Amino acid sequence: MKYTEDHEWLRVDGDVVVVGITEHASTQLGDVVFIELPEAETQVTKGDDVVVIESVKAASDISAPVDGEIVEVNDALADTPGKVNEDPTGDAWFFKMKVEDMSQLDDLMDEDAYNELIG
Amino acid sequence: MSDLKRTPLFDLHVAAGARMVPFAGYELPVQYAAGVMKEHLHTREAAGLFDVSHMGQVLLIPKSGRIEDAQAALETLVPVSILGLGEGRQRYALFTNDGGGILDDLMVANRGDHLLLVVNAACKADDIAHLQTHLSDICEIRPISDRALLAIQGPKADVALSTLVPGAADMRFMDATALDWHGVEVWVSRSGYTGEDGYEVSVPEGIAAKFAEALLALDMVKPIGLGARDSLRLEAGLCLYGSDIDTNTTPVEAALEWAIQKVRRRGGDREGGFPGADRILRELEEGAPRRRVGLLPEGRAPMRVGTELFAEDRSVGGITSGAYGPSIERPVSMGYVTAEHAENGTKLDGEVRGKRMPVTVAGMPFRPSNYKR
Repeated sequence: MKYTEDHEWLRVDGDVVVVGITEHASTQLGDVVFIELPEAETQVTKGDDVVVIESVKAASDISAPVDGEIVEVNDALADTPGKVNEDPTGDAWFFKMKVEDMSQLDDLMDEDAYNELIG
Repeated sequence: MSDLKRTPLFDLHVAAGARMVPFAGYELPVQYAAGVMKEHLHTREAAGLFDVSHMGQVLLIPKSGRIEDAQAALETLVPVSILGLGEGRQRYALFTNDGGGILDDLMVANRGDHLLLVVNAACKADDIAHLQTHLSDICEIRPISDRALLAIQGPKADVALSTLVPGAADMRFMDATALDWHGVEVWVSRSGYTGEDGYEVSVPEGIAAKFAEALLALDMVKPIGLGARDSLRLEAGLCLYGSDIDTNTTPVEAALEWAIQKVRRRGGDREGGFPGADRILRELEEGAPRRRVGLLPEGRAPMRVGTELFAEDRSVGGITSGAYGPSIERPVSMGYVTAEHAENGTKLDGEVRGKRMPVTVAGMPFRPSNYKR
């Protein structure tokens, strides 16, 4: 797993990268009540806001962690946003990306670095 | 958070796993480990304990010794019948300004020989100055700084509080009285800010933690943070001062005319005589150009404060409070719209992140209140 400073995790799965948010982020957000996911087959650039996540507290944007194409989104989350709190690193993945340049992942944090970030 | 004040329950909050945040100059719990959703639902199902010690408690003591003098004096600042408030009773009131705007909303209790006012934390310094300026000839204005204020809310609040102070069970909604807890006087009113039955209890700061612990020792009682306090009051259709009402909103615009008794309206025995009376009395008869309404967004996306509202492509108002309503299991908002769009069932659009989303004007409260009348 790789991690961003915005508390996203990335897991390489064959030729796609699966993206979600970390346990830490889901705890900080509180109970998630709404998720707006992007359309599949969307080209994105690192830093583009692609997901809106609303918790009982506030709305947050989740940005694309790397350049590429979103090839699949987890539509089930629209009806069960609370899954983000129950299983943020498993069932509650947000989207899958085809990444043009996999070396972009090298710039991201590994688990140790991420754990250090969140203290 | 060094400049922030702490309430007498600070250590108890931290020990209970609260996440503390700055709020109106105090460090207060926004949520505990259970989280906002569970805390909200627990309050609706059993009983929730809230620390509202940040709110201002102020005594208005008539220098003449006659309560009527304090009541008549306070009526010069609020469009509410205070002379009609009997001993042992409490009533919702509003401080208005000369333009008819709302300076604060508050509770007023008649405690026999004086009045007890409970005001918003963010307004309390201004409220006390306002009282001093206008009423100090007639009343001693005594801010209470050595008492905590707790709220116990929910369908089991009466069972819970009666375990400590049995007299609480006999009270009706908006009764206010002093009861004894192990030789200590606690000031109890059957009221709250959740739409549930419940009480607010003023206790001396020295025993506040003990009192709270005695309530929390009951299985049915859990501590509840500011997050759930906000979603509970929103579902109940209750205003948050500073968001839903302020100096730019009048009582009629805010749909709070129920708080203005007939005796203070045109033709009443004590008509007018409060700041902004011209405008408020006129709006009571003719209506206001805009109204506070309940709003139910379609779909799951909450429409939060600041969301602009449209009818066709015309801007007709905006949202002042919005969140997810855990009990009604959908997003819920309130806001202001022009009078012609204020009717229940009116379909509008709210602009969320650049997109227009459908939202319907709806009656409040969003779920029936459970007061013990």
